[in-house]
Amino acid sequence: MPEPMLALSGVNTRIGQYHILQGVAFEVPRGGLTMLLGRNGAGKTTCLRTIMGLWRASAGSVRVEGRDTTRLPTPELARLGVAYVPENMGIFAGLTVRENMLLAARAGPPDEKRLEWVFGLFPALRKFWNALAGNLSGGQKQMLAVARAIIEPRRLLLVDEPTKGLAPAIVANMIEAFRELKRTDTTILVVEQNFQFATSLGDSVAVMDSGRIVHTGAMADLAADEGLQQRLLGLSLDAHQ
Amino acid sequence: MKPRFDWIPLALVALVAAAALPLVASAPIWLTLTVAGLAMGMMIFMMASGLTLVFGLMDVMNFAHGVFISIGAYAATSVLIALRGAMHADSLAANLAAMAPAAAAAIAVSGILGWLFERVVIRPVYGEHLKQILVTMGGLIVFEQLIKVVWGPDMIAVPRPQALSGSFILGQAAIERYRVLAVVVGLAVFAAMWLLLNRTRLGMLIRAGVENAEMVESLGYRIRRLFVGVFVAGSCLAGLGGTMWALYQESITAQMGMQVMVVIFIVVIIGGLGSVGGCFIGALLVGLLANYTGYLAPKLALGSNILLMVLVLMWRPRGLYPVGR
Repeated sequence: MPEPMLALSGVNTRIGQYHILQGVAFEVPRGGLTMLLGRNGAGKTTCLRTIMGLWRASAGSVRVEGRDTTRLPTPELARLGVAYVPENMGIFAGLTVRENMLLAARAGPPDEKRLEWVFGLFPALRKFWNALAGNLSGGQKQMLAVARAIIEPRRLLLVDEPTKGLAPAIVANMIEAFRELKRTDTTILVVEQNFQFATSLGDSVAVMDSGRIVHTGAMADLAADEGLQQRLLGLSLDAHQ
Repeated sequence: MKPRFDWIPLALVALVAAAALPLVASAPIWLTLTVAGLAMGMMIFMMASGLTLVFGLMDVMNFAHGVFISIGAYAATSVLIALRGAMHADSLAANLAAMAPAAAAAIAVSGILGWLFERVVIRPVYGEHLKQILVTMGGLIVFEQLIKVVWGPDMIAVPRPQALSGSFILGQAAIERYRVLAVVVGLAVFAAMWLLLNRTRLGMLIRAGVENAEMVESLGYRIRRLFVGVFVAGSCLAGLGGTMWALYQESITAQMGMQVMVVIFIVVIIGGLGSVGGCFIGALLVGLLANYTGYLAPKLALGSNILLMVLVLMWRPRGLYPVGR
């Protein structure tokens, strides 16, 4: 069995007096897209931030391609090819779209072909190339956040709620962009509340509740089992279509 | 679609100067006050620009910033006294040949102290504002006393370069030569900082770090190194500003850094935390207003700056050029 791209084992994370992650364990297989689902407050964002090294695990281990990264500083993890799109998008509002992208391309000016490919995914970015990122709409900011993460080839892409607060047309654009991304050899882990988005794209799924993983499996199986959805997520697929 | 420059704060500087003209009622006096105000603003900018970046990038409230101003002034004065002969020569070249090593000494000593201070005092209290206030205030007091130990507790006279003493006479207006130099040096520092911040990758990183340090780390950059570099650069600028201020005042005391800190904080707040452009405009406004009110209503001189801060914050609560966060 090939080594997973990402493996968490018994991960515990505390923030102040709160014990948020309580022994999280799951694996993200190489290639494809894994969805991390769960109710509000289940610990999904904390899980991504712990993987990224932004919050430290107090116990357990995080391994990226077999390498223990639990104590690795965030910049070192990024240099291993792990990119992160936070829930608040983390764009630099006082910088132009171009400057945001240039900063993300650590190896030097972005490769022209790659840039054209990114523009193909998110055409609005070409139009607003020299505009201040802070002046973009919410959807355009989200496009920039994802585009920035993929301006160079990455091994693992961590994305926190890419459709949060977006209009349906922008969500459709996001779905298409992630479909295209799946065709590359980047492994993607997405935290998402939009079940339709999750079922459209997810190959595998992990579901969190109260700081623990309560289910892992194929996304298609969860999508087909309304009872399981109801039990794990407190929703029915119909309600989200 | 290029981002538009916000001209309103810059126009405010011209507006304040224009509004003062009928109040002063004498064009030569107004010109003298205006140049004095601009020169004062430039020196405040040099001293404050490092602090605003440290505030913005590192979220550190460094009340000990005044130490770097004082120590720079003392280091420069030591060199200037040793080169007294060149300072008293009539030749501008000889004067500048003495001032250049003095400024270099100030920059070096303040920079080294800044590096040590970041490592020993600031680093253990990142993210803890109350502790930052306490330890940096403590650091300020300790270093003030150390200055007294090394250089003595008395005021020291600073020799002003001979060629820069006296004034240019422009019509009926007298414009101090040294103030013209201060304006030139201040503009050069601002231009260098503007170019660095807006035309280089390092500048982009600093601007991005001021907005969201965590995201800069997530992109693979070691923000801690950037912190240290900016802190040291800010200390160097404070040392240079302290040197210019010492030559302007023609005397130094161990408390000089602490005394200008009130004005520096006002400038940093008016400009918008982390904004170098805002700091520049804020410093010019403070310098001009201090000179106009010092002439028109001397008792209002310090109060006018606080009033200016209140008015600016009522208009723009995050300062003249708020840094997007």
